[in-house]
Amino acid sequence: MADLTHLIAEAEADFANSASMNDLEIAKAKYLGKSGLLTDALKGLGKLSAEERPIAGAAINVVKQAVEAALTLRREAILSAEQAKQLAQESIDVTLPARAQSQGGLHPVTLTLKRVEELFHSIGFEVATGPEIETDFYNFTALNIPEDHPARAMHDTFYIDEANVLRTHTSPVQVRYMENALKTNKTPPLKIIAPGRVYRVDSDATHSPMFHQVEGLWVDEDVSFANLKGVVQDFLQKFFERDDLTVRFRPSFFPFTEPSAEMDMSWNGGWLEIGGCGMVHPEVFKHVNLDSEKYRGFAFGLGIERLTMLRYGVNDLRHFFNNDLRFLNQFR
Amino acid sequence: MQFSENWLRSLVDTNLDSEALSHALTMAGLEVEEMQQVAAPFSKVVVGKILSAEKHPDADRLQVCKVDVGLAEPLQIVCGAPNARAGLLAPCAMVGADLPGISIKQAKVRGVESFGMMCSSKELGISAEATGLLELDSGAVVGQSIREHLDLDDHLFTLKLTPNRSDCLSITGIARDVAAITGAVTNFAKITPVPVELAEAKNVTVNEPAACPRYCGRLVSGINAKAVTPAWMMKRLERSGLRSISAVVDITNYVLLELGQPLHAFDAAKLTGDINVRYAKAGEALSLLNDQTVELKADDLVIADAQGAVALAGIMGGKPTSVDEGTADVFLESAFFVPSVIAGKARRLGLSTDSSYRFERGVDFGNTRNAIEYATTLIQQICGGKAGAITEVSGALPVRHPVKLRMARLLSVLGIAFEEQAVAQLLTQLGFAFSTADAVFTVTPPSYRFDITIEEDLIEEVARLHGYDHIPATPPVAELTMLAAPEQQLHLNKIRDGLVSAGYQEVVTYSFVDERWERDLLGNHAPIRLKNPIASNLSVMRTSLWGGLLDTLSYNLNRKQDRAYLFEIGAVYQQAVGAFEESTRISGLAYGSARPEQWAASNVDVDFFDVKAHVDRLLGAHARYEKDTHATLHPGQTARIFLGDSAIGYLGKLHPRWQQHYGLQKNTYLFELDANAVLKRPLPRYQEVSKLLPVRRDIAIVLDQQVTASAVLNAIKNANIPLVTDVSLFDLYQGKGVAENKKSLALSVLMHDTQKTLTDSDADSTIANLLELLKNNFDAALRN
Repeated sequence: MADLTHLIAEAEADFANSASMNDLEIAKAKYLGKSGLLTDALKGLGKLSAEERPIAGAAINVVKQAVEAALTLRREAILSAEQAKQLAQESIDVTLPARAQSQGGLHPVTLTLKRVEELFHSIGFEVATGPEIETDFYNFTALNIPEDHPARAMHDTFYIDEANVLRTHTSPVQVRYMENALKTNKTPPLKIIAPGRVYRVDSDATHSPMFHQVEGLWVDEDVSFANLKGVVQDFLQKFFERDDLTVRFRPSFFPFTEPSAEMDMSWNGGWLEIGGCGMVHPEVFKHVNLDSEKYRGFAFGLGIERLTMLRYGVNDLRHFFNNDLRFLNQFR
Repeated sequence: MQFSENWLRSLVDTNLDSEALSHALTMAGLEVEEMQQVAAPFSKVVVGKILSAEKHPDADRLQVCKVDVGLAEPLQIVCGAPNARAGLLAPCAMVGADLPGISIKQAKVRGVESFGMMCSSKELGISAEATGLLELDSGAVVGQSIREHLDLDDHLFTLKLTPNRSDCLSITGIARDVAAITGAVTNFAKITPVPVELAEAKNVTVNEPAACPRYCGRLVSGINAKAVTPAWMMKRLERSGLRSISAVVDITNYVLLELGQPLHAFDAAKLTGDINVRYAKAGEALSLLNDQTVELKADDLVIADAQGAVALAGIMGGKPTSVDEGTADVFLESAFFVPSVIAGKARRLGLSTDSSYRFERGVDFGNTRNAIEYATTLIQQICGGKAGAITEVSGALPVRHPVKLRMARLLSVLGIAFEEQAVAQLLTQLGFAFSTADAVFTVTPPSYRFDITIEEDLIEEVARLHGYDHIPATPPVAELTMLAAPEQQLHLNKIRDGLVSAGYQEVVTYSFVDERWERDLLGNHAPIRLKNPIASNLSVMRTSLWGGLLDTLSYNLNRKQDRAYLFEIGAVYQQAVGAFEESTRISGLAYGSARPEQWAASNVDVDFFDVKAHVDRLLGAHARYEKDTHATLHPGQTARIFLGDSAIGYLGKLHPRWQQHYGLQKNTYLFELDANAVLKRPLPRYQEVSKLLPVRRDIAIVLDQQVTASAVLNAIKNANIPLVTDVSLFDLYQGKGVAENKKSLALSVLMHDTQKTLTDSDADSTIANLLELLKNNFDAALRN
């Protein structure tokens, strides 16, 4: 039997010359395939005598194991080279911008309305709504503003016809809400805010014919003017996220509240007017058949655009309704 | 209301300085809107008398004056004013004076020494323009400080009075409130009756005592109507924003300002017969002082003589009977007209006068006679004349009912405790008459307070004088109950968030729109109209939000934007029978590329199905779309959207006609949904999850091109074929291999049995059933 150990070096050389798995398979076949050199050698053992056979077999197996080991080594080398190549090919520039999706945003007035609702919701205020085309009765009369009352001149009203107006404030929602509540046997405590659009015949740099207000109402057996001040101050501190903010009340006049006050807020060392408020006037309670001896209520109205301007530093009211995307995009 | 601080201070003695006074007024509810100095601070300006004025040797327009300023020697001053002349009294700024914008130094003017400057009113900073030196009246004392002489250390206060405080529409009223706020002492002039020197009197009859419960009239004869209004009065009028007209008119205005009582002076010679207070007669007209002739209505109260109406009561006098320079005898009127009779009348005529403004808010009916006496005194002082007796007709004046103020109520409304003694002190400062028993005050408001009728009014007075600032901010204490949060009703904010994440920017547009949008874009020929729109293109209430969105799109395209995804959530307004209906809509617009321009995706414009995906996202999986038409939309790309059986909106491409109209280069897609319908969501209901696996079979069918996809899918769904749990469309093909006017739909069919694993033959027979159905309904065939 010829010595086959030279095949080890030859196989190693063939394997080393194989650049791909495919080449390696061909090289493998030369030694280990069906008619490979080592396979043939093993087949040839049958021709040997019983004495020679184990010796020759052992010698072939030594060579075969060495060749197989070389094969495995090379296979791993090729695999890892191919993998490295694939990884290199798959590498990307991770600094490229993301696959862009459209990004929308909310109108700043909505941002404020949302926060107002959330804050008041957190102390149990529900949101109430009412029509924007409002009857003269609910917009004025039920709020203790009879026809020809000088207070009507404070509202530059849009008229639809004799009996209907575009609401000039969100206060009529108070009356509608109380009426409905009592009709459905819901008794105080009643706690609502009524946000929404309101309208005045006024249009210049600081007035818009349409703007937003939020009305607040709390009716209970024991709520006071001091509580009104407490709630408003709490709201403003939370809304502006400033604990040092204080609210100042000044005597004023609204036919539907008594006592009435203008609310000022401390701001940059001065005072800013931010809305009106007061204790619900007994005449208003009378309109909705609520016993003003038993119950008291407070109401307040805040301008949403005003709050928004202060919150985000917007300096021109007209931005809100021009809807310039370059303005709106800033609130995302 | 504007007035001079010094005039106020002459009636109330307060030691507050101007700033403090202003703050006190504001914090007591008399808001000081503006406080303006009459003159900027300056000193060393005195009354000077020009002794001589010689032409400057080297300048044509200059004069060299010798000016007496009360010093031992007159000053030599070079002056360029055209009215500088010997004998003139004028302000003289001496060396060292600091005027607004200029300091006076000794100087040589064209070679002549000048020791000061003669001043115009502009140079003193008390007027914007001047043509020459300010000429002072002959009573000016040479050497006196000009600030003193012209009373320049004064402020103009402008109050923004609320309609309830008519009592403060006079200097007296404000002084009274200052006294109430600060405890200061008032110093009102004592008005004494003028001796009657005239036997004549006019008869006055009042037909309408309910409208005019008090009327005082008086003749003053032999006056000099040409008399000059004294400087002190003119100054006070001017500082109240009133211009001097004539002595008699100035006096009536002066009394109006000081006492708050509107007066009218008729030329007695132009009146015929007796005075009668009545409502206007049908067809009666009156030519007013402002040269406006008005047709009177039956509810206009008038002052009439024998020939007809001579004044619109409480609003304005008539032109024909007005005083003029030739007037010798006047008939003075001081009356009380009840607010409800005057209210709204002036506005109806497009007028607002100082008189109507006060009467419609309430004039002190306790002061009617005082006012006429005061006016008579001033007329006699200034114009001379003899006064007749006052003719007074009085009816039932308003009654000031006592109002109760309970200490307990005071505590519960304000939330702070008061001592009874403190309340009594405040009521006293207000000048209110009261008695007290068992912690209850019984208060009778004075005649000048029209706003104290219920307990809350008194509570406000107490709070106001105590100071709203001294009421603490106390958080309320309340029972805790949770708020309802219905799970089957989404919040609109959820919809908003959905649209935002789909790339839409929220906008807010006006609820009133151009009538043409409604008519042309939406086919609405009977919109709800505003009677008094702010502009003709904002005159009707919208029935769709699309107009506003398209307008916003144009606005932004004009500002170089090339892509806009917009939405608005807001009300629309419909005319219904005998009412108006409002509902909330969710409306969107998409224009431009489907994705933002980028390296990672090709730049394809948005199309119908992109937007449909956005709409689907809002509606969950429940929406159904049917082909339809809409005036705004492309007839081939319009879908009506249904939830259940209810039509809830539209989706489609803007009609090319409108695309052209708005000058839009690209396709625009619009949708609008009824918010109420969108917000309803069914409560999820659990169904058994099978342990067995579903079987999927894909089939392709060929059918007529006109058959809609939804028709096929709905038919399968409605047929409830056993085992079929879901069918979806995964391909649509037209072209080679499919006959003309036909299309191929590829469907994936999911089959499932909760009881057993499906066999091939189960699936085969189910698919056969399905194909049978499609053949029968749509003449559909399995594609080879």
